[in-house]
Amino acid sequence: MTNLFNYIPRSSIVHKLTGATKLAALLLLTFASMTSFDTRLLGGMVIFAFAMFGVSKIKLKEVAPVLWFTFVFMVLNNLLIYAFSPEEGVAIYGSRTEICHLFGMYYITWEQLFYQLNVVLKYLVMIPLVLLFVSTTNPSEFAASLNRIGVSYKIAFSVALAMRYIPDVQREYHDISLSLQARGVEMTDKEKLLKRIKNVTTILFPLIMTSMQKIEVISNAMELRSFGKEKKRTWYAARPFRKADYAVIAGSVLVVLLSVGLTFLNGGRFYNPFI
Amino acid sequence: MWKINVKTIVAIGIGAALFFVLGRFVAIPSPVPNVTICIQYGLLAFMAALFGPIAGCLIGLIGHFLIDLSWGWGVWWSWVIASACFGFVVGLLGNRTRLAFGQFGKKGAINFNLAQAIAHAGAWIVIAPVLDILIYQEPANKVFIQGGVSALSNIITTAIVGTLLCFAWAKAVPDKGSLKKEN
Amino acid sequence: MQKIPVIEFNNFGYQYNAQAEPTLSGVDLTIYKGEKVLIAGPSGSGKSTLAHCINGLIPFSYIGEITGSLKINGKETKDMSLFEISKTVGTVLQDSDAQFVGLTVAEDIAFAMENDCTPHEAMLQRVQQAAKEVNVLDVLAHAPHELSGGQKQRVSLAGVLVDDVSVLLFDEPLANLDPATGKAAIELIDDIHKRTEATIVIIEHRIEDVLHRDVDRIILVNEGRIVADMRPDELLCSSLLGDNGLREPLYITALKYAGVQLTEDMCPASMDKMQLSDEMRSQVQSWFRATPPAPEKQKGEELLKADGIRFAYPNGKETLCGIDFELRRGELMCIVGRNGAGKSTFSKVICGFEKPQGGVLYLNGEDIASLTIKERAEHIGYVMQNPNQMISKNMIAEEVGLALTLDGMEPEAIQQKVFDTLKICGLYPFRNWPVSALSFGQKKRVTVASILAMGPDIIILDEPTAGQDFRHYTEIMEFLLELNRQGVTIVMITHDMHLMLEYASRAAVFADGRIIADDSPARLLTDGDIISRASLKETSLFTLAVMCGITEPREFVQRFIDHDREVRQR
Ligand SMILES: Nc1ncnc2c1ncn2[C@@H]1O[C@H](COP(=O)(O)OP(=O)(O)OP(=O)(O)O)[C@@H](O)[C@H]1O
Ligand SMILES: Nc1ncnc2c1ncn2[C@@H]1O[C@H](COP(=O)(O)OP(=O)(O)OP(=O)(O)O)[C@@H](O)[C@H]1O
Ligand SMILES: [Mg+2]
Ligand SMILES: [Mg+2]
Repeated sequence: MTNLFNYIPRSSIVHKLTGATKLAALLLLTFASMTSFDTRLLGGMVIFAFAMFGVSKIKLKEVAPVLWFTFVFMVLNNLLIYAFSPEEGVAIYGSRTEICHLFGMYYITWEQLFYQLNVVLKYLVMIPLVLLFVSTTNPSEFAASLNRIGVSYKIAFSVALAMRYIPDVQREYHDISLSLQARGVEMTDKEKLLKRIKNVTTILFPLIMTSMQKIEVISNAMELRSFGKEKKRTWYAARPFRKADYAVIAGSVLVVLLSVGLTFLNGGRFYNPFI
Repeated sequence: MWKINVKTIVAIGIGAALFFVLGRFVAIPSPVPNVTICIQYGLLAFMAALFGPIAGCLIGLIGHFLIDLSWGWGVWWSWVIASACFGFVVGLLGNRTRLAFGQFGKKGAINFNLAQAIAHAGAWIVIAPVLDILIYQEPANKVFIQGGVSALSNIITTAIVGTLLCFAWAKAVPDKGSLKKEN
Repeated sequence: MQKIPVIEFNNFGYQYNAQAEPTLSGVDLTIYKGEKVLIAGPSGSGKSTLAHCINGLIPFSYIGEITGSLKINGKETKDMSLFEISKTVGTVLQDSDAQFVGLTVAEDIAFAMENDCTPHEAMLQRVQQAAKEVNVLDVLAHAPHELSGGQKQRVSLAGVLVDDVSVLLFDEPLANLDPATGKAAIELIDDIHKRTEATIVIIEHRIEDVLHRDVDRIILVNEGRIVADMRPDELLCSSLLGDNGLREPLYITALKYAGVQLTEDMCPASMDKMQLSDEMRSQVQSWFRATPPAPEKQKGEELLKADGIRFAYPNGKETLCGIDFELRRGELMCIVGRNGAGKSTFSKVICGFEKPQGGVLYLNGEDIASLTIKERAEHIGYVMQNPNQMISKNMIAEEVGLALTLDGMEPEAIQQKVFDTLKICGLYPFRNWPVSALSFGQKKRVTVASILAMGPDIIILDEPTAGQDFRHYTEIMEFLLELNRQGVTIVMITHDMHLMLEYASRAAVFADGRIIADDSPARLLTDGDIISRASLKETSLFTLAVMCGITEPREFVQRFIDHDREVRQR
């Protein structure tokens, strides 16, 4: 479990950007895609996001498993949405152009299709952006970036700590569960739900105990190396901003403004082709 | 309760790591699609009750955020924020000080479970769905039913896992006199 | 030159507020600039507490009350801040895993500088420099779990060296290091001492290993008081170490058995410098001749056999490449080898924790590939290195009875079995205590007990005596010996050469995923080639024997061990 956040080191423009820039861009674009439901904007962003994969020399197949996973999730969610309210689109766009009737209350309407297209687009913007971020950003740089975009360095560092100790905790959990199995605790899927939850708790107890001791020792170690002494701190992993960084951030800000602007133009978050 | 010293920072880091491992690798599937039995909230509730609202909030936030990142699907902000709120509320209502000194009796248990129930209800039946509607314009009835289901399953698992952890912890913390016998 | 005091304890005392009595009391101790002192004492005697006082964790991190005064560079620590102190005193903690807070080696070395807002460029080249000093340059980009125990420790040392402190404080630097790495660590510390002229304080109970390089003074702590503060030569001539439940260097004990009258001017503290007169030599020789050789133990039938076991962790290179291994009933043997050689991994494979990619395991002649973890556990018990990772119940009795309860045995039977087991392990008096009230050594025994309760034929113990002082060490080992007499086959994974010499009838030596030797400890530890390949350490007894012109030094080592154990059992 050395590479949990599947960071794929390459040399590309995207990799060369500082983590702070990428994080800022991620957040801004995410915000834009969350606020707006303007199909043109979303569509544009999707194209842009996938184009970025090419630029960053990350091949889609390197992240394919994740994509599949998400795809399934997406389909499921869409079916749910349709199952629960097949007329959502109609309600939103205030018109109803029927295509065909399935059964009972279930019709297929252009409005519904269009609405769900927007939902899909929203995922499609998010996924490549996040994938791009994790696969082009060195985990070491992550905390530094958070601090750079204004998060208190103490909190930023607790994120670094989390990433540092995830593999340890994982290994410990594994070992404990094995040593318990050796003593007859059944961990297999055969067990009933409630039983399984109980068993996990049995593992949790020793895990918590060791973790609590860890917390004690680690915080001592950190204080002994003067953590929290100054109001701020520098980061070994941080990198200086370059022109490209400013450009990217500026670009992202523009997109946000655009999405807000469109909201006003459309007189709402939706772009409505049905009028 | 509000001050965060180095120890709190570390607690947040380790707590998030634990939350991550439980949420990412120990998730037990449930009958309802898109909803898994989340043991990690039992842990989160325990840590929050022990280290207070700020720790609780950040453990939930960071832990859940990292889980989403590592899956690679978009960061599902509505639910990340809900996790954070859950941790915060439990930290606020859970009787922290007494657990930290290793006291957790029947009263404590009731208090703890009330806190976690309220927090879960708030997080999954109010915050998460409302955000889902605001951000993703998902149909109200869908998100509220999904939220209701997760709230229910989470309350139950937390009631089991969290409460057991608290009791175990309280028993393990040596009382004032007890260190005398040692060596 | 006249001596400048750096650390001055003056009738100092400390009491943790969870404790009933003070942990330190009436401490008077002065450490001078540029000195190198060793603080030794039994477990629980207050060594680490003393260290916490020096580096400022007391009073700034632990709650408790201080009496008397402690000055660092002439300033009361009470009136300083933790940060101010840490600029003078650099601490290397025992648990290098916890001290390693960075995601990578480089970041961890830089940690202290980051906190001081050191500008980026300065940081980069300072890290390079520090990394060079402890030579970890080639692993700067590695994550902690990609390092060996020794490397981790070098990294934590580098992390302290970056802000050139004037006092370096080490709390048990040798714990969990293989002998050669430990030796290297001592040499590294010594070099740094010579180069930087920093004041060095080492806390350790492996005294012989620390004395591999000179120290100026040894300070003995017991029950929170300083019982001795003298030069090593002086101390070794006295009987103070033994009296305080600590282990003397083996060659010293040997000389004493031989009736040699130790004096300071023969400088016994260092093997290289030690002067032995001819008549002392002959004393040793005659003792050797007088001591009868111990009878050979006869071998039992084959119990466990590994045939070409191969294993690799998901993330990469082969950890076990073809292990052939056999274990006979009633044996008590050791597995030794450098950090990361694959010892723990091998035991995990045996217990079915990990599935081998090649090779076959036979138990009583039958292939056990098909057996589940639980089924294997009924024959083979594995006691992990860290007891906290195994203890999952609060009450000792519950913990020991867990496996039985899960088997659905009825309560009375369980209680009977549990109590019997607890008696064997000497835990019966504590049967109603919460586990948390026990010391590390006792916890270790609880885990052994919980394995015993399942009645396995074989018990594998991972580092049974790590971090134990001589008393607890003897306690645990004599208890294991007793089990062995009752017919349990015992395998111990250890870095402690003394342990192997004293108790094992045989030892298998691991090196990079292979077994490179399988022989009697006394022979292994006198074979230069094996020693260097598996980074073991030659025993000082051997050197002594050679010094005294004994023709069969191995036999000497063997006889000393047998004699020594007899003496201690009386
Ligand atoms: N945080 C604490 N709170 C209360 N008591 C403590 C604490 N830390 C240590 N003690 C007690 O102080 C005594 C001395 O502990 P200390 O760790 O200094 O021993 P030590 O000499 O370092 O032992 P070892 O060689 O095992 O490390 C022990 O009885 C221990 O129980
Ligand atoms: N869970 C794991 N995943 C990946 N690699 C591992 C894992 N556990 C151990 N390793 C690696 O396998 C090698 C052997 O580890 P192992 O713990 O068996 O060594 P060891 O002989 O027990 O060392 P030590 O004496 O320090 O305990 C080491 O390089 C270690 O980094
Ligand atoms: Mg100690
Ligand atoms: Mg090991």
